[in-house]
Amino acid sequence: MSKTLFAKVWDSHVVQKIEDGPDVLFIDRHLVHEVTSPVAFLGLKNRNIKVLYPERTFATADHNTPTLNQHLPVEDPLSAKQLQALEDNAQEHNIPYWGLGHEKNGIVHVIGPENGITLPGATIVCGDSHTSTHGAFGAIAFGIGTSEVEMVLSSQCIMQPKPKSMRITINGKLNPAVTPKDVALYIISRLSTSGATGYFVEYAGEVFRNMSMEGRMTVCNLSIEMGARGGMIAPDEKTFEYIKGREFAPKGEAWNETMKYWQTLKTDKGAVFDKEIEFQGEDIEPMITYGTNPGMGVGISNGIPSAKDVEGGVDTFKKSLAYMDFKEGEDMLGKKIDFVFLGSCTNGRIEDFRAFASLVKGHKKAAHVTAWLVPGSHKVEEAIEEEGILDILQEAGFELREPGCSACLAMNDDKIPAGKYAVSTSNRNFEGRQGPGARTLLASPLVAAAAAITGKVTDPRELLQTQTV
Amino acid sequence: MAYDKFNVLKSTAVPMPIENVDTDQIIPARFLKATERKGFGDNLFRDWRYNPDNTPKEHFVLNNPIYSGKILVGGKNFGSGSSREHAAWAVYDYGFRCVVSSFFADIFRNNCLNVGVLPVQVSPEYLQQIFSAIEADPNTQLEVNLPEQTITICSTGDQESFAINGYKKENMLNGFDDIDYLLNLKEKIKGFAENTPL
Ligand code: SF4
Repeated sequence: MSKTLFAKVWDSHVVQKIEDGPDVLFIDRHLVHEVTSPVAFLGLKNRNIKVLYPERTFATADHNTPTLNQHLPVEDPLSAKQLQALEDNAQEHNIPYWGLGHEKNGIVHVIGPENGITLPGATIVCGDSHTSTHGAFGAIAFGIGTSEVEMVLSSQCIMQPKPKSMRITINGKLNPAVTPKDVALYIISRLSTSGATGYFVEYAGEVFRNMSMEGRMTVCNLSIEMGARGGMIAPDEKTFEYIKGREFAPKGEAWNETMKYWQTLKTDKGAVFDKEIEFQGEDIEPMITYGTNPGMGVGISNGIPSAKDVEGGVDTFKKSLAYMDFKEGEDMLGKKIDFVFLGSCTNGRIEDFRAFASLVKGHKKAAHVTAWLVPGSHKVEEAIEEEGILDILQEAGFELREPGCSACLAMNDDKIPAGKYAVSTSNRNFEGRQGPGARTLLASPLVAAAAAITGKVTDPRELLQTQTV
Repeated sequence: MAYDKFNVLKSTAVPMPIENVDTDQIIPARFLKATERKGFGDNLFRDWRYNPDNTPKEHFVLNNPIYSGKILVGGKNFGSGSSREHAAWAVYDYGFRCVVSSFFADIFRNNCLNVGVLPVQVSPEYLQQIFSAIEADPNTQLEVNLPEQTITICSTGDQESFAINGYKKENMLNGFDDIDYLLNLKEKIKGFAENTPL
């Protein structure tokens, strides 16, 4: 029978089907961080049991870590306590722990792929909703709650009803300055933030085939923002090439064996999805959000829609604009901004820094703009230095911070002040997400770079043109 | 959290004919800071039960010695509001094993099932019969039969059946939560893991 990629991976991980209940799904790899794990470990302690498969569990510190002076003790006592708890728990249960300063430290969804933890056909979970990132490799990856973290630690399994399947196909070519982030923001703006609720998405078509692995990660990362449980892309040569030689990936004979399996990981011809959606690559412009959810995005030259043109809640739309202090029908281009944040598991990888640097090269940062450039991991940080990107950034007046989630969720000191506007490459523009009262405009690294130079919302294509002249 | 098995429960009941009892009433937010699941029963319905000076409020049903038992009978839409699991912990910790109502808020119902409290949803008419029976005689016993999925007012013999998800029923019968269920599958899981390379 023809099967979808999703069904192949899911079905091969069902330990037990429960009649009238959820499936018991085996989890290949479990990523753990300091914020959502302490209570789960406490649960294990109360049951007097150990982590069942520490070798399938990996721990990093990222959510509440500072991005400056990481060599010094963490000042915030609550953060310090959580970090210490994770370190102790990791030690007690024999889990590899990559804490602050460790060469493998970084944002959980950046270090997974980087170290070969993320593999095609695997099931991967983590107590963070953007776990969907790992779907870029043809894995089933999704975020879980603390009680589920406890389940996976203790049994390496999770109870889940099987989601419905959706395929989003985009063929055609992307226009200049249109990045994977724009593709994702475009899809969300068309589907809304609940358009894929209850579904697991497969991305297919030319646009995704032509995308780099890092680009695919950006797209899958944002699946959750349209309500999907997760998103995935069938692995191909690019995927295998990316994985080969990474530390936790199979090697030698095991590699050849696994490759045979990995090559079967695609949706069969004739397989049926519960829902199919298609878009055309040429229709996508560089995107920016104007409101307080990721579905409120527009092509950057289009401006804010009128209330009468938005589907669904006019009240939410108006409340959202009031929070942003924007008006319906206004242009987005030219709006003054105060902060730029390049980073997060959405856009904190080396390609994002390359893109940002390509645009700021030869320009200067706008004087009134505060820019936080936060690599997703130490490895990204190293590459930035080795490739000479750091020099370009410094010449243009930017500084680099140390890796972590940073202003993506503003649990550390990196908070956008109330009322200020930030062009941010992260994933959520909810009220207060980047700090109480902060106003977030989600965009690609190119749009962020353009804004950092001009100090206002700027079409990156203008700057690309001046560069090629 | 492991809890006692549930099979057939025969007990007197505490009547609370109030609609829309929300989880903020069941356990006020200021008691959520605890890091352990202990002592929540003391704060069940805290603000209905005690005056600000911690003296019991005489007229609240939990302070009325006429009523006691392991079954709490509540009005329609019991457990609405915040999704805090602590509300179900408090109900269990106080000593209730079963809550009867004509409608439950979804998340509260699930939380109950996860911590060992059986939510029994009955028709509005039957709920009224229960309240009347208890009013007539506070010693009225109710019998909740999980295997049969029935509830009976012992004095009158009036019976109704109730629905429960098959998996959750198994869990309640065995006193398992999801993690217990999984731990019980350990051998099968280990066999599975052996065939699943890292
Ligand atoms: S960068 Fe943001 S979304 Fe990504 S793991 Fe950190 S907090 Fe979660």
